[in-house]
Amino acid sequence: MKDGLRPHLASYLLAMADDEMVLAHRNSEWTGHAPILEEDIAFTNLAVDEMGHAGLWYRLHSDLVGEDPESYPDELVFFREAPFFRNVQLVELPRGDWAFSMLRQYLFDAAESVWLPALEGSSYPPLAETAAKIAREEIYHLRHTQAWIRRLGRGTEESHIRLSRALAELWPYAVQLFVPDPAEDELTEQGVVPARADLQQAWMTKIEADFEASDLALPESAAPLSVDRRAHSEHLVGLLTVMQSVARAYPDVLW
Amino acid sequence: MVKRHGDRLPSISEIWAALEGVKDPEIPVVSVVELNVARQVEVHGGHVRVTFTPTFAGCPALSAMRDEIQRTLLDLGFETVEVVLKLDPPWTTDDLSQETLDRLRDFGLSPPPRHGGNVRLVLDQPAACPYCGSDDTEVKNQFGSTGCRSIHMCRSCHQPFEAFKPL
Repeated sequence: MKDGLRPHLASYLLAMADDEMVLAHRNSEWTGHAPILEEDIAFTNLAVDEMGHAGLWYRLHSDLVGEDPESYPDELVFFREAPFFRNVQLVELPRGDWAFSMLRQYLFDAAESVWLPALEGSSYPPLAETAAKIAREEIYHLRHTQAWIRRLGRGTEESHIRLSRALAELWPYAVQLFVPDPAEDELTEQGVVPARADLQQAWMTKIEADFEASDLALPESAAPLSVDRRAHSEHLVGLLTVMQSVARAYPDVLW
Repeated sequence: MVKRHGDRLPSISEIWAALEGVKDPEIPVVSVVELNVARQVEVHGGHVRVTFTPTFAGCPALSAMRDEIQRTLLDLGFETVEVVLKLDPPWTTDDLSQETLDRLRDFGLSPPPRHGGNVRLVLDQPAACPYCGSDDTEVKNQFGSTGCRSIHMCRSCHQPFEAFKPL
């Protein structure tokens, strides 16, 4: 990879890592609060997995910016202020009801199910290897969330209404996942990352089939509510306050 | 400082033998060698480098295992120990030996089925009950008490049990 591309790839990876980390935190909010014990355990596992995946992306980012991959990820997660996070707003929205959290996780898993296999073909080997590693684990996530949206979509009138309401709210946020970073074109030309337009197409095809099985109508195409990963909703600050509180209260402690 | 071996550094086979003593804290019957997370050992003078391949990326036992590898090899007499992460080839349950699978079963965890690189092929296959051996079992939860475990119920002996997920 050309040296000039390193900062571009670094910001691409930071965005991926932040998506996973912030989503992981939202998922962890179900620990102790899910409707049934099995799902409490499941969402807690989803949170731990996504955090692990974020960790791998932060490591790659650290390598590219010349920081220590062992210690720099913690610094990024616990000591960065909200305006410097690069996650999409989709993942920072409050957890909502069960249908909302489940559908958000499904939309994200479905995106990863087309994204990761495409990244496995990256011309930057560490990226290809990391994608291959994560893709294997993600099989379990998609299987779980697919089954749940089917169950909610075809369950009771109430569950169907809640799922449809969640979809209407999440949709314009979800499409932000496919807005390219400003400097992404060159990465795509060099075969480092796939073209987002192609990913979005594959994602739509994927979710259309699952929505059909869940009695959900695919929404009209919508413009993303935000096209700039530097912009956040008011919810991110509150999330970070909780997520970072212990590390900031005891910055020198050894875990 | 060499502590246990007089004025010579431990041999490669002594290092592997020591690593056999480092167990997965969540599955204490299996070592980091059998689990295939400690993949390679290189010695450069008083410095030893161990290549480490993670199981499930978010598993909290991974850092415990890395720390324990560090401690063990420092105790063996090395001045510095480096544990480097390597993701390729990705960790898979297919690489576990039959002996390790048997040990998982004896520990009470239904061992992962071989999948030849495509986990989807075996996900609908019932896990064998580690207590009575029956295949008449059902999945209660794809997610369990650790990242690598799922929860099942045996219809034959009515015992709930956990399985090690194929990866």
